Amino acid sequence: MNPTENKTSCESEINDSLRVPLLALFGGAALWLVGGLLLGLIAGIKFHAPDFLGGCPLFTYGRVAPAANDLLLYGFCIPAALGVMLWIFARLSQSPLALPLVPVVAAHLWHLGVFIGTAGILLGGSTGHLWLEYPRAAAVLLFAAFLLIAVSAAATFGWRQEKSLYPSHWFLFAALLWFPWIYSTANLFLNAHQLPRGVVQPIICWWFASNLIFVWLGLVGVGIAFYFLPKFSGRPLASSGYALLGFLSLVFFGTWCGIPPGAPVPAWLPALSGVAALLTIIPLLAILIVAVKTVCGASVSCNGGPFCFIKIGMISFIVAGGLYIAAACPQYSRVLEFTWFGAAQVQLQLLGFTAMILFGAIYFLLPQVMGRPLPLAKFTKLHFFLSVAGALLLVVPLVAAGIVQGEKLADASVAFADANSAALKFLRISTLGQLALLAGSLLFAANIFAMTIQWKLGIARTVIDYIKSPLATAKTSEVKS
Amino acid sequence: MKTGISVFVATFVALGASWCGFVLAPLLQLGGAKQTVVLQTTDNWPLQRTGAATLGLQVYRANGCAACHTELVRQTGVAFEVLLTSAGNNPAAVSNLISNLKLAGLTKEEADDANAKITAIGGKVETRLTATGADIARGWGLRQSVAADYLYDQPVQLGSLRAGPDLANIGVRAPDLNWQLLHLYAPKAVNPNSTMPSFKFLFEVRKIGNAPAPDALHLPKEFAAADGYEIVPKPEAIELAAYLLSLKANQPLYEAPFSPVTAAK
Repeated sequence: MNPTENKTSCESEINDSLRVPLLALFGGAALWLVGGLLLGLIAGIKFHAPDFLGGCPLFTYGRVAPAANDLLLYGFCIPAALGVMLWIFARLSQSPLALPLVPVVAAHLWHLGVFIGTAGILLGGSTGHLWLEYPRAAAVLLFAAFLLIAVSAAATFGWRQEKSLYPSHWFLFAALLWFPWIYSTANLFLNAHQLPRGVVQPIICWWFASNLIFVWLGLVGVGIAFYFLPKFSGRPLASSGYALLGFLSLVFFGTWCGIPPGAPVPAWLPALSGVAALLTIIPLLAILIVAVKTVCGASVSCNGGPFCFIKIGMISFIVAGGLYIAAACPQYSRVLEFTWFGAAQVQLQLLGFTAMILFGAIYFLLPQVMGRPLPLAKFTKLHFFLSVAGALLLVVPLVAAGIVQGEKLADASVAFADANSAALKFLRISTLGQLALLAGSLLFAANIFAMTIQWKLGIARTVIDYIKSPLATAKTSEVKS
Repeated sequence: MKTGISVFVATFVALGASWCGFVLAPLLQLGGAKQTVVLQTTDNWPLQRTGAATLGLQVYRANGCAACHTELVRQTGVAFEVLLTSAGNNPAAVSNLISNLKLAGLTKEEADDANAKITAIGGKVETRLTATGADIARGWGLRQSVAADYLYDQPVQLGSLRAGPDLANIGVRAPDLNWQLLHLYAPKAVNPNSTMPSFKFLFEVRKIGNAPAPDALHLPKEFAAADGYEIVPKPEAIELAAYLLSLKANQPLYEAPFSPVTAAK
């Protein structure tokens, strides 16, 4: 763990200040996770029976699939990550959360934005830009909510008691700046009345999506892991030199990725993007070295607990990065472009990497913040196995589907329908993964909501006791008099 | 990275650089793009879509068609082929010569070489340029898609997955409005292998009045409505079909040349 972070008397103050904002962020996130996986399952069933719920425009594949993806990203990953970030900022600063009411308001604005956005997509109001589908009203809410949370996090950081910076700070602080910039740029250009001309639109959209999914989630996930890995293994983060290299190369190279090689745009764009994607091997290796050096040799069993989640999350980060780099190699990119391979990579980034890290972090910090053990603690182990099995069953078939489909599509003598049906076999297996992930997310949501209910009951009990107690003294005094 | 300021500066410089590169630079390079000219003609390209097709683009967007369909054709290179247009005064010699020559899939030098050999004995030939690549061989287009093709689209929906075929040239490949409507209503009625969901909600089941409506779909028996009822496209379906029919990227441009087929006749 961070050697300078000592247990101080303000621990209970920190926890008190975080309780309401974190419950607001995590509660909604858990709900959206279940909703996103459910919509994803509906989309997946369309590959078994294309006309499932076919009469209803709300549930046509082209609306359900992006709504499901956006719910996972905007509904779950981002708010849950913001909650964990607030906690880490308060812990590392050794001071209570600054302006604790602001993130509570922000959490509700964010969840309202996600609701409006999802409803917008399902009702046909999508902007039509990949990963930026939410209509204008939702985008404004999300942007405002993020800024509010960033203000609270920055204030906590500014008023910190502990002055030295820790590697997690770099990653998380950069993430706080990253999102408002890319999200405002993308929405100002692509969610406006008059869009830029022609292919400028997809170029900006690719830049945005890659910066959000590859860089932002990477910064957040690795930043959180760099806080927890030392904590769990009971020794300091190994080699902050490699951590610095990982951070700088991730922000400097990762941000140039995203323009696909076959894009109908001036050739310098995909060429530059391809080079940057190959260079992201550097942050990947640097982060791998730091993680392995920190964890290896530490005799800590993970036993299905938070440590397991974070370890698997880091492995997924490396594998997802590897898939990304493989798809950027010129000899593979022509084959893998426009196949399920891309979807596999993104799903691994969302569900294998970010979500795993967040589950681990939340299972660890929630009992501390709430001052009570997880109400359904036994579920965490089951959730872990369901998440791992689900992610594997979802991603591996999608990768296989992508490779098979890509090879068949590259050979013009294979009919399109044959290429499609070859991929379909694998897609149908991935439905099992979706089911496992959905079951796991229900266990996660059950824990969060049971915790919230227990806490609210606790408050109600305190209030009732408070109301009762003066009455009791009043009665005794009456008797006495 | 000892202070917050240094993290801020590093982040600002990194993201600012890619913002200039991938947002500002494309806006400056392409943001003012105008119509271009079809190769060897004075025709403008692209033309603004018709009103119905422009509305249809919004139906395409609202229903997320781009989740499964791309609208861009890729090409790996070009090849030349040499076509004999006249055998000249010595048909036997020319015929003898060309039976020994490779005439398709040539490089520029090979094509010039074959051209020279045939012209030397009096034949007349024409050298044609074709695009190559799996997408082209599949018949999805005659050339690669280029930036100019999307000039008027708001939004541009290139798509990222080919769970369905590419649509960049669907207006050329399936130019029949009725086929398009039939395919939207019951994909399996025109293509038994299709995995596309039906877009029934773009159509209306109506009781037949005195006479069948002129635009009612002519469906095969197993897809048809119950007796006394007919399937009539709603305006959205007509607009979407109009948009699909307007998807054509079939003119040679400076950045994507090919010899139009008509020239060979």
